[in-house]
Amino acid sequence: MPETLTPERQEATASHAGAGPAARLAARLSGSTLVWPVLALAALVVVNLVVHPDFLSVRVQDGDLYGNVIDILRNAAPVLLIGLGMTLVIATRGIDLSVGAVAAIAGAVACVSITGSSHESALSTAVVASSLALATCIALGLWNGFLVAVLGIQPIIATLVLMTAGRGIAMLITGGQITLVHNTHFDFLSSGFVLALPFAILLALALFAITGLLARRTALGMLIEAVGINPEASRLAGVRARTILWTVYAFSGLCAGLAGLMISANTSAADANNNGLWIELDAILAVVIGGTSLAGGRFSLVGTLVGALFIQTLKTTINVIGIPSEMNYLFKAIAVVAVCLLQSPKARALLTVRRRARVGTKAVAA
Amino acid sequence: MTQMDTESPAVARGTSDPVIEMRGISIAFGGVPALDDVDLRLFPGEVHALMGENGAGKSTMIKALTGVYSIDSGTVVLDGEEQQFSSPAASQAAGISTVYQEINLVPNLTVAENMLLGREPRRRGGIDFKAMNRQAAASLERLGISVDPASELGSHPIAVQQLVAIARGVDVDARVLILDEPTSSLDADEVEMLFSVMRTLRDHGVAIVFVSHFLDQVFEISDRMTVLRNGRLVGEVLTEETTQLEVVRMMIGHELAALERLESASGAGVDRSARPVLKALGLGRKGSLEATDLDVYEGEVVGIAGLLGSGRTELARLLFGADTADHGSLQVEDDRSHLRSPRHAIQRKLAFSSENRRAEGVIEDLTLADNMLLALQARRGWMRPIPAAMRTRLVRQYIEALDIRPPDPNALMRNLSGGNQQKVLLARWLITEPQVLILDEPTRGIDIGAKAQIQQLVADLAQQGVAVVFISAELEEVLRLSDRVVVMRDREKVAERLNDDLTVADVLEIIAGSARQEEPSDA
Repeated sequence: MPETLTPERQEATASHAGAGPAARLAARLSGSTLVWPVLALAALVVVNLVVHPDFLSVRVQDGDLYGNVIDILRNAAPVLLIGLGMTLVIATRGIDLSVGAVAAIAGAVACVSITGSSHESALSTAVVASSLALATCIALGLWNGFLVAVLGIQPIIATLVLMTAGRGIAMLITGGQITLVHNTHFDFLSSGFVLALPFAILLALALFAITGLLARRTALGMLIEAVGINPEASRLAGVRARTILWTVYAFSGLCAGLAGLMISANTSAADANNNGLWIELDAILAVVIGGTSLAGGRFSLVGTLVGALFIQTLKTTINVIGIPSEMNYLFKAIAVVAVCLLQSPKARALLTVRRRARVGTKAVAA
Repeated sequence: MTQMDTESPAVARGTSDPVIEMRGISIAFGGVPALDDVDLRLFPGEVHALMGENGAGKSTMIKALTGVYSIDSGTVVLDGEEQQFSSPAASQAAGISTVYQEINLVPNLTVAENMLLGREPRRRGGIDFKAMNRQAAASLERLGISVDPASELGSHPIAVQQLVAIARGVDVDARVLILDEPTSSLDADEVEMLFSVMRTLRDHGVAIVFVSHFLDQVFEISDRMTVLRNGRLVGEVLTEETTQLEVVRMMIGHELAALERLESASGAGVDRSARPVLKALGLGRKGSLEATDLDVYEGEVVGIAGLLGSGRTELARLLFGADTADHGSLQVEDDRSHLRSPRHAIQRKLAFSSENRRAEGVIEDLTLADNMLLALQARRGWMRPIPAAMRTRLVRQYIEALDIRPPDPNALMRNLSGGNQQKVLLARWLITEPQVLILDEPTRGIDIGAKAQIQQLVADLAQQGVAVVFISAELEEVLRLSDRVVVMRDREKVAERLNDDLTVADVLEIIAGSARQEEPSDA
């Protein structure tokens, strides 16, 4: 969604598309924070192609598309959504640890609402249940916003409250059972296809585009960044810092809710213990890999998009290249550390100096 | 300042040589000089007060002495030998010990553990706690501090923790002890406690550097003073041979006439029979400002003079709603509703530029243009972004009008110099077209050229009908610009004068004159 890019990012992507001399291209690229996650993602795809040359192949079945790439896109939707909300929260110098638990609550509310309905398989049932779940999640987000903006509790602690309590609440809602539902309309959220593509990823991308437009076409993005960089200066300049905090946490709640519905729809069940488990960490990783600093301030939504795709591709890669399952987490950790190091200007400078030294040119001391 | 010796009539009280002599110290940060050819002599057995307003160079001087900053030129002589302190550790090893305002100790260890941290007495591979408590107790007793060494440090009040920090500092054979604003969070009894420890140390031959904004305390405890202003040495004096008035004069100073006197033609045009634009009645806040009255009229510059901590900044913040007043009222035009927030104040066409540019003004990682348009955008709300054409026009107009460099709207704010940042912040407020502009130290820490431009701007604005409240530590500047001068002292307004034949000396007298009972009444 190029229309949501800031000028300098636009420039970087435009040059990425490849016009103009190679030198200028390289110079421009190295200035963009987006290069490294994109390269990392490309590298992952190459690894997969080496192991399975048909990795990228997509086949058509009953008019819908199937294949590894499609699976990655579909499965990336929840992390993408949660990463979207998380990006804005992190831009205000905050963090939202409760998203996984909120996702579980969304599933619980929706599934219990569906099983309690007299027309369990009706479309209206699915719509009502989903709306109810999303409203609940917005309320939970507002609760987080209240703790942070009004009571002034540190975001990591404030959202830890709901992270811990949230799964308990989900258990209370489901009565401690895994609640199974039979509603194909609800399942559509995860497994449905629209225009030959998975509905889940289309929905996530649509929300992404709307948010990007809101952030960059209005002044919202700039004001969020201002609050994240210097809250006191922003307050003195008349920015409604509190309202902005409430808004981003509520939005994060909404995104987590939508992700929770997808996760729940994927198995047609609400599992209070396992739905959305550790997804907050994947989302935070996606944001960081995308180049948004945890210190708040400037944020990149496109970066988060690439980050989320990277994380999902990494998960798939682990399966595809047959890394033993006990190595899963270790492999993921190493890959993430490598990408983060590549993004750090200091680490890159070190690498450059080494390489130059090896080539024999004069190494420049830092 | 080679004439220093002639300026200070007496040399050492005793016969001893200085333990430390700093000569011709200069330090610059990114081309801006913070210290320019400054001398400082410390004699054993003396309390030496380092005096100056904010930004005068006191902390830079201390950091030069303790090896935190490296010196561009000048020498540090310890016991007759030239030294190069490359790090705080090196200066500490030479016997220079510093206790900062914020205490660098571990609150959940015991007093003794803190005092001997890093040099614990050992016995059979472990720490000998008995010996540790014994040693700590002995050091504390020597200074007359009665604290149980085995008690947890955090369980004591700040004042006691500070004394422990001092005890720790001097325990390592300190010959010089630097106390940077040690009394700012202490009550009167605690200050006495600290002073008695300081006197004990002084009698043991330690040279003590004392930095404090409280004049009375400085005059009570110090033997000698060095006064700095704008990074330069003003002079060294013996406390018993000077007065508070003299020292205040030295600190604030008569600025050399590098700046032309502005035509204060605006003063004649002020109509004080009309309703004031801003009217404060008994405005105050517990612990920061006594009830204060203030009227500001259209097209008038009201200068506020007073030392740091006199309540000048506190008044400005209450006028803008940055802090909420707990008594009194504030009337903007004919609206008497309480200011709940800066946002509320901005809607009433007030503007406030904080003295703390970095913490309360600049958004470092946003661009010059975003910084400039922040207040306007905030007033419009996020849903109504400033149209691109208007954005370009406003930013270009103000970059040009205020001569901002670089003239690049997309430059990151962090890369601008202090003076240019200040101009962007002024532009931020001018764009909102305020009726009342409150400027707290708008010219502090910026170069002389930018300073003159900002002063000219203030005069022009007043001529256009803006009411300006102008706060500055530099009296010359206040007198040059103001139609009326309000003097603050001890969190109170003590005088208000029309600026017709007011001189710096008059104002200094009011500022320093707590002892003088024939204090002039309000104009």
